[in-house]
Amino acid sequence: MSPTVAINMEKLTKIFYTNQKKVVALDNIDLSVKEGEFLCIVGPSGCGKTTLLRILAGLEKQTWGKLVIRSKNPEKPLTSMVFQGDSVFPWMTVKENVAYGLRIKGLPKSERLRIAGRYIKLMGLEGFADAFPHQLSGGMKQRINVARAFVSDPEILLMDEPFGALDEQNRLLLQQELLKIWEGSGKTSLFITHSIDEALVLADRIMVMTAHPGKVKAIVPVDIPRPRDILSLRSSPNFGALFKQIWELLQEEVLKAKSMELKT
Amino acid sequence: MAENRIRFSATLIERGINMSLMEETLQEQLSRIIIKEAKGESKKAVFDKGLLLKVLAFLSPSLLLVLWEIFARLELIDIRLFSSPVMIFKTMMPMLYSGELLYHTFISAQRIVLGFLAGAVPGVILGLSMGLFAPVRASLMPMVSATFPIPKLAIMPLILIIFGLGEASKIFTIGIGVFYLVLINTMAGVLNIDDIYLDVAKNFGAKPFQFYTTVAFPGALPMIFAGFKLGMGTALLLIVAAELSAAKAGVGWMIWRAYDMFDIEKMFVALITLAFLGYIFSNLLEIAEKIVIPWQNNRR
Repeated sequence: MSPTVAINMEKLTKIFYTNQKKVVALDNIDLSVKEGEFLCIVGPSGCGKTTLLRILAGLEKQTWGKLVIRSKNPEKPLTSMVFQGDSVFPWMTVKENVAYGLRIKGLPKSERLRIAGRYIKLMGLEGFADAFPHQLSGGMKQRINVARAFVSDPEILLMDEPFGALDEQNRLLLQQELLKIWEGSGKTSLFITHSIDEALVLADRIMVMTAHPGKVKAIVPVDIPRPRDILSLRSSPNFGALFKQIWELLQEEVLKAKSMELKT
Repeated sequence: MAENRIRFSATLIERGINMSLMEETLQEQLSRIIIKEAKGESKKAVFDKGLLLKVLAFLSPSLLLVLWEIFARLELIDIRLFSSPVMIFKTMMPMLYSGELLYHTFISAQRIVLGFLAGAVPGVILGLSMGLFAPVRASLMPMVSATFPIPKLAIMPLILIIFGLGEASKIFTIGIGVFYLVLINTMAGVLNIDDIYLDVAKNFGAKPFQFYTTVAFPGALPMIFAGFKLGMGTALLLIVAAELSAAKAGVGWMIWRAYDMFDIEKMFVALITLAFLGYIFSNLLEIAEKIVIPWQNNRR
């Protein structure tokens, strides 16, 4: 593994057995992600995108295959995940939620509140630090989620459709904030999304997956210079062509997944 | 208003319309508007409604007491069995002044609190472990399921033999009743926590003890408090039974003592005291719940 590779997978396979039925969620995935790279994963529902992230997050084990994650600093946590849906602890205030990773690490309270305060500011959560999540909107909660993942300063950032449940305005705002905070950190990131648009805004490369079984269909590099701005980005000459390319790859898979659903 | 009317009338004149007729309809419209304004629901009316409900809530039990007294005076009910509010009050006051009632209340409250703690603390700890760790649940659940349905009163004689006639047997009797309710509620509370929160803790590398403190315990707190409230009800039930045998003081003892002496008034005083104790304890739990679970406000 060369020093610039952060994640390397060889023939990574995950099989679930449910009700005597064998479901191949991931089928011999070969992938390597470079250090500091932003990789977006798109694919039809049920293609094992979430399973892939959960294996990387240490929440699940592959059935077979090799997975190597390079750790530069053993002090740092390997991964932090932004979960799909509402995963903000309702029993903690905003600042306690954001500082959660540091609490697990055993940092003293003053120290962890200081670090969390920086990210609360970065994610535009100032003034809400002492609020409980039930007082906040869905967009605010996702800001907490992203801040919580960044605060623990992991080697690799995993995001599973973090903005999937948000309305368009909030989604655009958060994409912009994420770009800002991520470009400053240079963290290796994997990001699942259903939106081709979102993938093009964020990614260095886009991985298109097939469903049943989940395989890598294509990996498309996104040649749009950084720092990016979500507005000027859309008028970039590559944008339309890339969108078309990804959609054509994806369309086939979505239709195939649909017809399989009908059969079963 | 008047100014508008004049201006309106003026335009009518300009247009040469029969003014007196228009004036009449205008008058009608104005009066209609005023009627509407008067009928609007003011804040005061809403407030009065709330007050009325409060008065009703106070009035209906008072009325019942008055009826009870009247029935007793008219000897429509047997006062040897049902007594009367005034007679009960007359028995209660000296007991209150002499400190006798307070003493018995204190003794019982102490037993309830100690018994409650003796049951609730292990109930929470074991309930959290059984909720979090499947092997613990698998090994302990059969015993819990098998022993839970045994009426706690049925094991009282055994408790008396093991713990003797002192305080320990009473505290244990209450404790065991509270224990099961808290244990089962706590476990259900942990099992009801959304998997996503456990995943977050795992992803951040939480150690087993941190699972307790940051996810299982706070996540199960609403259910734990539901268990506390049920347990408190059981504690009040068991205190009377526990003080039946081998007690020399306490509200439960007062009831059995009054039974032996056929002192109906004293029995009623003890019953009122028990109701009061129950009210105080359930209010204390409500207050504690509001302080300990601030995130639950507005959630329901």
